[in-house]
Amino acid sequence: MTQILLQTVLSGVLIGLVYALVAVGLTLIFGVMDIVNFAHGEFLMLGMYASFWGWALWKLDPLFTLPFTALGLFAVGALLYRLVIRRIIDAPMLSQVFTTFGLMILFRGLAQYLWSPDFRSVEHTVVDGKVAFGGLSFGLPQVTAAAGAVVTTGAVWWFLRFTRLGAALEATAADREAAALMGIDGQKMFALAWGIGAACAGVAGALLSSTYPIFPDVGASFILVAFVLVALGGFGSVTGAFWAGILVGVVEVVGGFLWDPAYKMVLVLSLYLLVVWLRPQGLLGKA
Amino acid sequence: MTPLLEVERLTKRFGGLTANEDVSFTVGEGEIAGLIGPNGAGKTTVFNSLAGFFAPSAGSIRFRGEEIAGLPPEAVAARGVARTFQIVRIFKGMTVLENVLVGALLRHRAVPDAVARAREALRFTGLERRAADPAGRLTVAEQKRLEVTRALATEPRLLLLDEVMAGLTAAEVQDAVEMVRRIRDRGIACVVVEHVMEGIMPIADRMLVLERGRLIADGPPRAIANDPAVIAAYLGEEYRAPGA
Repeated sequence: MTQILLQTVLSGVLIGLVYALVAVGLTLIFGVMDIVNFAHGEFLMLGMYASFWGWALWKLDPLFTLPFTALGLFAVGALLYRLVIRRIIDAPMLSQVFTTFGLMILFRGLAQYLWSPDFRSVEHTVVDGKVAFGGLSFGLPQVTAAAGAVVTTGAVWWFLRFTRLGAALEATAADREAAALMGIDGQKMFALAWGIGAACAGVAGALLSSTYPIFPDVGASFILVAFVLVALGGFGSVTGAFWAGILVGVVEVVGGFLWDPAYKMVLVLSLYLLVVWLRPQGLLGKA
Repeated sequence: MTPLLEVERLTKRFGGLTANEDVSFTVGEGEIAGLIGPNGAGKTTVFNSLAGFFAPSAGSIRFRGEEIAGLPPEAVAARGVARTFQIVRIFKGMTVLENVLVGALLRHRAVPDAVARAREALRFTGLERRAADPAGRLTVAEQKRLEVTRALATEPRLLLLDEVMAGLTAAEVQDAVEMVRRIRDRGIACVVVEHVMEGIMPIADRMLVLERGRLIADGPPRAIANDPAVIAAYLGEEYRAPGA
């Protein structure tokens, strides 16, 4: 029994780490400019399709195309900021919600139109099979995805904490006008936040592409969890989103195992309600 | 020699309200200029135009001979103008050192260099022992000092200080006065908006007096203190000094 429980908990951690990466991108965008990006799941979807087409057209493994997927999604995010989001930065919250919600519908519609609503999958990837130790066994693709997610989340954390641009981004998040006085161009920082945010979701999509079905609405399955993580971890907190990701992954998988997989979201959302009720600023958020 | 800052006929209107009208003055290298005036006289509006937050409706602002009116704040900061806010706006989620580091990164792109520069600025303003503390936990006086430190870390030629002495105890005012003097001694010119007269009068080389958006006096502190127009603006006509 303990063996099975341990297996389940670790499986939860593995998926939770990928959830965390999706949420890191979302929380970064929210933290820097207070905009809720409903189209964030679509960045993940685009990352998945980028991996799929690389594999389907040129037989390139998603892990090989991953750096290009990340760069491509960075460009998509930054461009989207320049073309659309920039215009609504000082608009009322409802306009911002409708804009990113509209983008979500647009991206899904475009994906359906261009690539059909069929479920696609990437097969025969480089990383395949299982890894076993101490009686526990995990799919190698899942372990790889989790490892990739940890490395990417760690890279974003390091970037924010130890680089010049990261400090500028954090300063803009704290006070845009005061940051401008330090010579920081807020517009550049916002575009950077969107680029990194989209790249995080894109990398998560690439990492999931070998184990998860790829279809135009796939973002929907992740965006709700990502919102929960952002609120749970504390709005704008990258480390908060990381720990919340692990927590939610474990609750989801263990809960599904002990109770019924159909109710796993009930548990996740109950946990969310509990935290919001007892600690509205989130686990690591500042009051 | 061109002065460091030349403001010429600066005018700023908000719809029908004229906040600044035809304001002209200059500030020389290493000079301390006090900018005073009753509430609503337009002092902060002048600062906002100088720092790039407002594009002036008319007039020009030349810094080291270059027109900077209408440039965004980050461009003005890059040219060597720094400011502090009347109500402190430090980066609350960061430590004291990180706050100053953000400023230092403007001139020093390598993080270790910028950290060294930030520490030096903290030593200068006496906040060094608070370096690792979260900025939000400082006292009001320390937060004001942190804002000045952060501005100094951008290595400005001109520092705009908006009420750094307001709300401080008498002892803290003395510290702040001493700090402004030491900043000037480093060759950084200061324009100081201040309500605390005993703070600014002894250290200012020149006083600029605004009333209802217009500059009504410009001269050495002693002359300003006896200027009938200034006394009228502050105390009302009936308090005009006898014989004035």
